[in-house]
Amino acid sequence: MNPFTYERASDASAAIELAKGNAAARYLGGGTNLVDLMRETVERPDMLVDVTGLPRGIEPRADGGLLIGAAATNTALAADSHVRRHYPLLARAILAGASAQIRNMATVGGNILQRTRCRYFYDNAAACNKRQPGAGCDARDGFNRYHAILGASPACVATHPSDMCVALAALDATVHLDGPTGPRSIALAELHRLPGDRPDIETELKPGELITAVELPPLPFARRSTYRKVRDRASYAFALVSVAAALDIDDGGVVRNVRLALGGVAHKPWRASAAEAALKGRPANAESFRAAAEAELAAATGLRDNAFKIELAKRTIVAVLGELTGDDA
Amino acid sequence: MNFTINGQSVEVEADIRSSLLDLLRNSLGFTGTKKGCDQGACGACTVLVDGERINSCLALAVQYQGRSITTVEGLGSDGALHPLQQAFVEHDGFQCGYCTPGQLCSAIGMAREIERNVPSVVTADLTAASVTVDETELRERMSGNLCRCGAYNGIIEAISETLAETSASQTPASSHERARA
Repeated sequence: MNPFTYERASDASAAIELAKGNAAARYLGGGTNLVDLMRETVERPDMLVDVTGLPRGIEPRADGGLLIGAAATNTALAADSHVRRHYPLLARAILAGASAQIRNMATVGGNILQRTRCRYFYDNAAACNKRQPGAGCDARDGFNRYHAILGASPACVATHPSDMCVALAALDATVHLDGPTGPRSIALAELHRLPGDRPDIETELKPGELITAVELPPLPFARRSTYRKVRDRASYAFALVSVAAALDIDDGGVVRNVRLALGGVAHKPWRASAAEAALKGRPANAESFRAAAEAELAAATGLRDNAFKIELAKRTIVAVLGELTGDDA
Repeated sequence: MNFTINGQSVEVEADIRSSLLDLLRNSLGFTGTKKGCDQGACGACTVLVDGERINSCLALAVQYQGRSITTVEGLGSDGALHPLQQAFVEHDGFQCGYCTPGQLCSAIGMAREIERNVPSVVTADLTAASVTVDETELRERMSGNLCRCGAYNGIIEAISETLAETSASQTPASSHERARA
């Protein structure tokens, strides 16, 4: 691990001031990903600004939404009574991720900004355009079972590893930022980028910007929502495919509204807009669900080890929507 | 750097890059806490910080200054095993023993989470007022602790028995926490 200086920030403006103008400074949350990457020398910050002392409150808003301080731990957010009652897909997504120990450490801000677990990104001896732009990509012809089937590029087939972000994408969450040029907000769905020819640029964050909070708009029908994660072992493993869904069905059995997002399939949490459009106004049955899944995955492409995920994603979408309809698929 | 470890205040000079795990083992001699994978995948390094279980290998020591840390050395008292340690012995909750300190600290942290009604991914009703503890819940909640010997059945039996014996209102505290109370 390279040497660094450590500063503990008392508030967001102090943190931003400490890191200002230093491209080698990193904000430190729970450290569960950053410390690991520093040990591998994939990350080599010369300064860590500890932001775990920043606001961590989880507060219902007057409009029925929720404001979540970026320093809230993953455990605190999943255990919050408002989240459990009004946004069960979010609680379930968080609880599907990592282990209890890691959820106790990890912050909401850090979860959003965690890096891919692509093993070639982690391995300094491997070629990786994300770690070293222009170096090539050893994943494309390597072990790519966990890699992207949607939105990938010749330069990068890595996936975003977060479960929480899949639920946040489905919920139309807003991320509040602060930085050297002042505060601003961005939709969670717009925060992460597709790899294109610059997979090293993973988010729309500007230099020195810090996530201060995440805001959920009210979504009454999210009471009927869930998260399903398909993985190689029953617990404590990253997703092969995951689905976050909320479903609103009218008395005639027709889909009035739906939210759908996928994890484990792309460089960012994947909002399944094509499937949502295909579902609205359709009867809530297996045929409609399958048609929607086909629409979403129409552009998917597989690599040597991950082509099975295309069908897996379709079936998981159908199963989750079936579960929310009351058919235990 | 200053910490409270197993109820004792300690001051120690350490490299800014030290993990809490390396600080405990190499600088302070608390070698009960084990280094398995050193990357947050196995749970052998689990310790309690202010009663919450964390992976000490992923924790920079500098970030935990001033906190109260409990390691396996702090669980028993006066030569007597903690009830959970005794249950591990009685139920063959280990073979080689390398993962055991982490399993013990993790299970004690888990008991507190259950007491606080923290749900898990297998909790059927997220709005229930309390956790219904069964084997599925325990296995999910302990999934961050691997045992390469495969002593899981004994581990789960030991934890189940200890949880059942300590009433719902009383989780198994470590010795210095009992002393403080």
